[in-house]
Amino acid sequence: MATTTTVEQKTTEKVIGTRPIRHDGVDKVTGRAIYGADINLPKMLHVKILRSPHAHARIVSIDTKQALDIPGVKAVITGEDLPEPPSQMQNLGEGAANLRFLSDNAMARTKALYKGHAVAAVAATELYIAEEALSAIKVTWEILPAVLDTESAMAEGAPLVHDDLPQRPMEGDQAPPPNVARYFRFNIGDTQQAFEESDTVVEREFRTQMVHQGYIEPQTATALWKEDESLTIWCSSQGHFNVRDQTSNILQIPVSSIKVIPLEIGGGFGGKIGSTIYPVISLLSKKAGVPVKYSMTRAEVFEGTGPGSGTHMRVKIGAMKTGKITAVDVSLSYEAGAYPGSSVASGCQNMFSPYVIENAFIEGFDVIVNKPKTAAYRAPGTPQAAYAGESIIDEVAESIGMDPIDFRLLNVAEEDDSRVDGTKHRVIGAKETLEAIKNHPHYKSPLNGPNQGRGVAIGYWGNAGMTSSCSLIVNGDGTVNLVEGSVDIGGTRTAIAMHAAEVLGIPAEDIHPVVADTESVGMTSITAGSRTAFASGWAAYEAAQGVLKELIERAATVFETTPDQVVHEDGTFRSVSDNDKKLTFKELAGRLQRVGGPVIGQATITPRGVGTAFGADIVDVEVDPETGKVQVLRVTAAQDVGRAIHPSYVEGQIQGGVAQGIGWALNEEYVFNDEGVMQNPGFLDYRMPTSLDLPMIEAVLVEKRNPGHPYGARGVGEVPIVPVMASVANAVYRATGVRYQALPMSPGNIIAGLTQKDH
Amino acid sequence: MAKLHVETTINGESTEILVDPQQSLLETLRDGLMLTGAKEGCNDGNCGACTVIMDGRTVNSCLVLGAEAQDADITTIEGLATPRGLHPLQQAFLENAALQCGICTPGFLISSKSLLDSNPNPSEEEVRFWLAGNLCRCTGYDKIVRAVLDAAKEMKAGN
Repeated sequence: MATTTTVEQKTTEKVIGTRPIRHDGVDKVTGRAIYGADINLPKMLHVKILRSPHAHARIVSIDTKQALDIPGVKAVITGEDLPEPPSQMQNLGEGAANLRFLSDNAMARTKALYKGHAVAAVAATELYIAEEALSAIKVTWEILPAVLDTESAMAEGAPLVHDDLPQRPMEGDQAPPPNVARYFRFNIGDTQQAFEESDTVVEREFRTQMVHQGYIEPQTATALWKEDESLTIWCSSQGHFNVRDQTSNILQIPVSSIKVIPLEIGGGFGGKIGSTIYPVISLLSKKAGVPVKYSMTRAEVFEGTGPGSGTHMRVKIGAMKTGKITAVDVSLSYEAGAYPGSSVASGCQNMFSPYVIENAFIEGFDVIVNKPKTAAYRAPGTPQAAYAGESIIDEVAESIGMDPIDFRLLNVAEEDDSRVDGTKHRVIGAKETLEAIKNHPHYKSPLNGPNQGRGVAIGYWGNAGMTSSCSLIVNGDGTVNLVEGSVDIGGTRTAIAMHAAEVLGIPAEDIHPVVADTESVGMTSITAGSRTAFASGWAAYEAAQGVLKELIERAATVFETTPDQVVHEDGTFRSVSDNDKKLTFKELAGRLQRVGGPVIGQATITPRGVGTAFGADIVDVEVDPETGKVQVLRVTAAQDVGRAIHPSYVEGQIQGGVAQGIGWALNEEYVFNDEGVMQNPGFLDYRMPTSLDLPMIEAVLVEKRNPGHPYGARGVGEVPIVPVMASVANAVYRATGVRYQALPMSPGNIIAGLTQKDH
Repeated sequence: MAKLHVETTINGESTEILVDPQQSLLETLRDGLMLTGAKEGCNDGNCGACTVIMDGRTVNSCLVLGAEAQDADITTIEGLATPRGLHPLQQAFLENAALQCGICTPGFLISSKSLLDSNPNPSEEEVRFWLAGNLCRCTGYDKIVRAVLDAAKEMKAGN
């Protein structure tokens, strides 16, 4: 069951906070919804991509002649077909990337930098012909030594992944270690003195492995390059404007020549923000003169798209006997993959953001390794750091004999407290979220077995605003068409429509939302950063305000009065001076043709006032000491959601985030051999949680309104994953007496820990 | 390669199709018959997004050859609703918000139908066991399991 805890008093909203059935629901339960791979165009070709079998190798030569001779093969491209990009930064929404690197990652030019790096692509009339053609492409490789983890990549004399990596000096002109693309440092107070004065100091090292977002729909897209040099792309991405702009930059063609049509998307979690496939298929279509479609295999998804970083983290923390945290000293090294740009900065900023910490030294290394270039994955960079931070907090609380929630409450941050990066918290609900789990019956309930344990943890995520656009068109029967630009991954069409419905005083069902292509709605940023219901909802709110203002003027004309003499309440327009003069929204809509014509409203907003989010979990586990299997028995996940626009979909975000976190905690990891070849690129061996692995997940919605949003909403999508691995690890500790400082806590690793403890 | 002529029944309608010998049932449904409700998530039988009912049993259609559809009776997601309306499972998925991105939903609905066909009154554990061959990455399964239990209740009340 899910419950809602309202921190402040409820308002009188009629639509916000209700649970209408999603507008795209029928299409999605009947199989009619058109996802990325569901499109078929006349004369369409099928694409296969040749990928490097080596983690690090120089391309001596590529011979595509024999492949082109195969009947049915219509086009072949290699890295040489991509234009040389200028070295400029491309904003990807959740992080920026150098265009040169984006282009190189799309297709290797001189060196393959990871197993799975694209080196050539074929378009053919049938998929199996394209597949056959791949084996006819002859590549001569010069295999180079690979670096596969942060420690060996940063070691003196390590092989360099990039010959010409631009490196900036660290503090004091010190040269950074090899393969380090960026170095971050936050330094406040005096950590050395604070540690000396502490009653207790704990120092630990943590390791996590590369993990995948695990979206069920493989990356897929279809492109048509037409004779007039215009390009149409059909895709399932997290942002079609982003696809358009990135393709324009890499191929160096005008933005206006590209139309991107968003199809339904089968999950993304950050992994479908940037993609390497669009320029490749566009060039194949250009060469072939017909549309081409490409869908990755599952193995390609694992090996050829961006996973989340593996990490190596060292954390030291000091505390007084009273429970006050005195200082933290942290060094985080994150795998960027083959090109710069891990999310290590987010880990540095966020890992201790639930707390007031006066003395902190936190540094981060963005480390290039011969693995796939990492991408965003749900609260990118923060779950790993929170696993380390919240594990060590648990240990410190235990060492001074305090309840882990009380310890956290004693140090919890509130409004105007500073984070380690100097930013002051606005109105936040960290305290209320911790209190929600402390007061929950789950926390007081007994455990029922010798190998059971209970863990808690809290997590923080900053959320994003970015840009959203929305148009509204009032129809003659009082229904409203809503045109928006946010790809809908989890019911956001409805959450957005609910904003407009609330303003206009009509049911959510009377609004018909559509996600429009890049030519049909104003620029809208990616569906990411937990921003969509917040920002695109707000755009709908603003567009609806414009509609409302216009409708009041029209009602004034009908009532033969002035607009200031018209009020709008619960979907009815009424004359202040003459109570008999009133029109429902529907009645007024039916009269619009006679009083000035149709009414439309539109808005483009880049909202400030993003509300940050906290989530805190209680997790019960049982560990089988014979097999090492960890069974999750019960989860309660509380989260400050500001105001739940559509509570069912807010609960769904929390439950889904918890499930991904449990997978990350217990089973999921990229397993590489010594040559950098992934050993488990499939769902059988990269084991994500099934329905049988999980209990019901109770979501507790804490509503501490965000004053920066018209209805108080905060982004909700990402933070629920942040505390999960730590809460599971803390529960496993209480069940076993072993603090697992590496993920995943898979059966073999559990047994190894238990064996070590016994010796 | 010469194509094979296959006569089969899909969603109650007899259907004739030409299939390549190496073509999977999933490809046959999606590319040959434009029944794109069954999805490809892994093409190796581990995600369940392509689940269809074949002669009363759920199968991963990516692991069945199109040629094997000869004389078979196949139900896909497109056959779940009738002109009278949605199947109670479809309605329950909507009311319980049991889908987020929706890509796994057709597979879950087909597997759930097959469960309720053979066990109209399943426990939560039985639902979880039966659906363990279908991966969902968005929902954490909570609302899916509730939807199936609700639909079972609804169907029992309706009978």
